[in-house]
Formats: sequence, structure tokens, C-alpha cells
Amino acid sequence: MAIGSLQTMADPSIGGAFDFSNLTLDNYAQINERVDLLRSLVNSGIFTGAVIVSTVFFGVLAGYALARLHWRGKGTLFALVLLVQVVPFQLLVIPLYVMIVRSYGLADSYLGMIVPFAINSTAVFVFRQFFLQLPEDLFSAARIDGAGEFRILWSVALPLVRPALLTVVLLTFIGPWNEFLWPFLVTKQADMQPLAVSLANYISNAAGRASNPFGAILAGAVVLAAPAVALFVAFQRHFTSSDIGSGVKG
Amino acid sequence: MTTTADTGRGGGPARGHDHDPAPGAPRSLVSRLLGRQPLGILFALPYAVYLAAIFAYPLGLAVYISFHDYFFAAPRARVSRPFVGLQNYADAIADPDVRQAFRNVLVFLVINVPITVVLALLLAVALNTVVQARTFFRVAYYVPYVTASVAVVAVWLFLFSGDGLVSRLLGPLAPDPPWLVNESLALPVIAVFVAWKQLGFFILLYLAALQNVPKELYESASVDGAGRWRSFLAVTVPGVRPATALVVILATITGANLFTEPYLLTNGGGPDGASSSPVLVMYQKGIEQGNPDIASAIGVILVILVLVISLINRRLLERD
Repeated sequence: MAIGSLQTMADPSIGGAFDFSNLTLDNYAQINERVDLLRSLVNSGIFTGAVIVSTVFFGVLAGYALARLHWRGKGTLFALVLLVQVVPFQLLVIPLYVMIVRSYGLADSYLGMIVPFAINSTAVFVFRQFFLQLPEDLFSAARIDGAGEFRILWSVALPLVRPALLTVVLLTFIGPWNEFLWPFLVTKQADMQPLAVSLANYISNAAGRASNPFGAILAGAVVLAAPAVALFVAFQRHFTSSDIGSGVKG
Repeated sequence: MTTTADTGRGGGPARGHDHDPAPGAPRSLVSRLLGRQPLGILFALPYAVYLAAIFAYPLGLAVYISFHDYFFAAPRARVSRPFVGLQNYADAIADPDVRQAFRNVLVFLVINVPITVVLALLLAVALNTVVQARTFFRVAYYVPYVTASVAVVAVWLFLFSGDGLVSRLLGPLAPDPPWLVNESLALPVIAVFVAWKQLGFFILLYLAALQNVPKELYESASVDGAGRWRSFLAVTVPGVRPATALVVILATITGANLFTEPYLLTNGGGPDGASSSPVLVMYQKGIEQGNPDIASAIGVILVILVLVISLINRRLLERD
């Protein structure tokens, strides 16, 4: 099982053990001919980057407000945070498609891709849990010193929850980078598609006609998998069980 | 309304004017109406608005569409979409493709969930006892989970297609017709694929749960003469029961969300719908064939089924 999972990265060379000789750059060139790898990677990057930035920004604000501030409606909103995680995304696919693609005409735009993922309840929940763990005295002291809430959030609370930031960035990265169904529905123009979508289209349409389809598909798969795997391996120490557990328990 | 607006944690004891920003001063109208720190509303507002626009509204729209004769029209075009009651649901249930898709998801769960629970728990226990090379195993398990479905599907196509690696290795023993175009094998291959892909995540959940099983129970079990297997059954399995409930629910939701794998691995749910899924049928009916009303009805049925399975699962696994 362990070896099988590592094959995700090593597979083209196993392919090399079969008939496909001289695979290394040929396959990449071949997939690049059909799918503009660089362009797709840029699209994936814009999509993923925008989702991460807005998830973290709004997640920090809402998480802080839910953990540390007293205001009317807080209990209700927190109940909603938990509720949202129970209803699966697939029910929303058709109405979101009707709204975003048909009514607002956001097909083939970055905005249309990003909107459904821009704010993430799991991130709000993770940030809330981390902010709750900080001692109240820190906040009282900062308030007595006359700091406003923005300043407390930026200079006191955020530096103390760096692990939460990292967790949320890693978890959020996996989502849009690997997401297939939604960008597949939104983007029909090839030059707007993230790599997951263009590779999938290549698999289902063009691969049959290529001279070495598997090599080309696997080359594309490696390009798609490499950033996520590299990020994960680099930060795997931080990708701990308790973080995931706290993110999911809601 | 003259009561304070505190609803949060520790709100009870914190009430009263001695905790106000200016001690002794009467509470202002603003703080009485909005709570002690009305800035919190501003902070949470984007999230609340987002929930209303991207979650609550579409949810209502899905139910609305499913009860009307809904079709795609140009934006702002005035068309009548009459209320049809349960007609869309009746159409959906009467459609053999839809029924097949729901049957498939049940078969999928029957194969996928036990594999997931048993393998994830056994591997988590093993990983918990391994001291050396732990990082290697962790990375090995999580790589499929963090890798895009589309990328991993490419690898499985390479392994299981007609002249793929597995069939070549098996030679004459390979099934005919080959795995993914075989009516009785396509769906099991997908169920195993998804179990394998998600395993790292579920191992992570079980590892967290294993930390909460009290060590004393293992000690008293070994005092009573229980072997490894016996104490696994008597201590570990009941000890991680809440995690098992969570794993079953999450695996069910994953199964209900199935789209990428049948779409790519079996060319849109083939052979002959043997590996199609409800979301795939939703996509075909709603977007390819332009029947968003029937697709929405399928979505509502699917979500109700997921909730029912989750409730049954909770009843079964959380009773004492």
C-alpha cells in the first residue's frame, strides 16, 4: 500500500519499464502540445491563491469575532457555522450553476470559479478554536493599553495562532487545487481551465488519438500532483492529526 | 429589549456594568442593542452575508427549482415556470438511469465503507506502534489524499485499463472484458479506488482518536491475560467508536459526492450505467440535457438519503 501510494510520483518511470522508451521529455512535450500546461498552471494558481487569501482573511475576522468579541447574534452565527458543514455541496451544484453561470454570466471567469469557495466554514471553525485557546488576560491587557480590536487582532492574536494559519492554508490549498466538478462546469474555454479540468478533458477526449496516451496523461498528472505533494511533504510535520480532528469535529 | 445581548461563552458572569469599557457609566444604547463589542458584527458580517448568498439562497433555490417546471432561459427573460408539485420527483424516481445510480451508490458504500473503516483502523494502530520510519509511512499514506483525483485517476487508468499494467501482469487470469468496462467489476474498482485514496485522511482521524483511549484499559486487559488481538477487540475498537461513527458519515458523504471517478475512470458511468453515480446523473440531466428541475430533485433525494444514513449510523454506533 505504501509503495502503491508513492507510485503517484514514480509511475512514469514504471511506464518506462514497459515499451514506452525515451519517455522523459517527449511525454511532457506531447501533453503540452494539447494542453497549455503553463497556462493551466497559472489558472490553477490564480484560482487556488485567491481562494486561500479570501478564506484566511474572512476566516480570521469571523473566527476572531466568534471567539473573542461579544455581540448580538453570535450564538446564532456559530450554530450556522456548524450546520453548514453538514449539508453536502452536491445539492448546491445545480442552483449555484443557475445563479453564477446562467443569471450572473460568470462562466469562463476567475470570479465564477472562486465565488463558491471564497469563504470556508471549516476555516472559520479552526480559527475560532485557536483564538479561544489564548488567555483572556492578553486581550484585557491590550484593551487597557488602549489598543483597538483591529490592532489587537493583528499584533496580539494573529502572531500567536501561526500554526492555525499554516493548517488552514494547507487544508485550503488541497481543495481548489484538486477541485474538478465546479471549475469543470464553469469553464468551457480551454484558456481559462485549471490544470485538473484540462487534464480531465484530455483524458476523456484526446488521449485515445495520441501515440503514447498513458505517458502523456501521466506526465500531466505529475505536473498536477507535484505542487500539492511537495507542499505536503515540506510541511507534513505541521499537518497533524489534532488539527484535522479539530477541523472536522464540527 | 433591555437585556444584554451576550450570547457567547462566559457571557453569564461577564454581564453587568462593572465589565463595561467605562466602569460605572450606564450602558449605551448601542451596546444594549448590539452587544458589548458591536465591532464583532462588522468582523463577522462578510461571512454571514456569504452564508446567506452562497449557502442559504442556493439551498432554497434548489428546493424551489425541484418543485417547478424549471428550464434555462436567457437572464432576465420573462418566462413562466409553473409549480408542478412532486412531478419532478416522480419523474426522477421513475427514470431507470436514476434508480441505477442510487443502487450504485448503495453498492459503492457496501464495498467502500467496511474497507475504509477496517483498513484505516488497522493501519492507524500499526502506525501508532511503529517508532522507526514513521515519517515515511505517514507521507506514504497521505500522498494519495493530498493528490488531485484527476491525477490519481490517470495512474489507475494506467493500471486497470484494457492493456494496463495489472492486466498484463495477470496475463490470462485478467478478467474479460477488462476491469473498467466490465459490468460487474467497474463499480467495485471505483469503490476500492476511493477507499485507497481517502485512507490517509481517515488514518489521521483514527490516530487522533487513539490518543484518547486510556492506557490503563490496555494494562488491565493484559493483567486479565488478554492477548494483542483480544485487547484490540475489547479496548481499541470500543474506544474509538465515536471516530468510527465520524468515519462512516464522512465516507458516506464522499460516496454521495462521487463524480470525478466514474466520469473519468469509466467514461461517464459506463458500461451501460453500471458505475454511474447520482451526481453524475445530476450533471447529465441538469446541465447536458437542460433539465435542472429533475437534477435538483435528484439532489434533494440524495441529501435526504445521506441524512437518513447518518442518523441510522449514529443510532447504531453511539448507543451504549
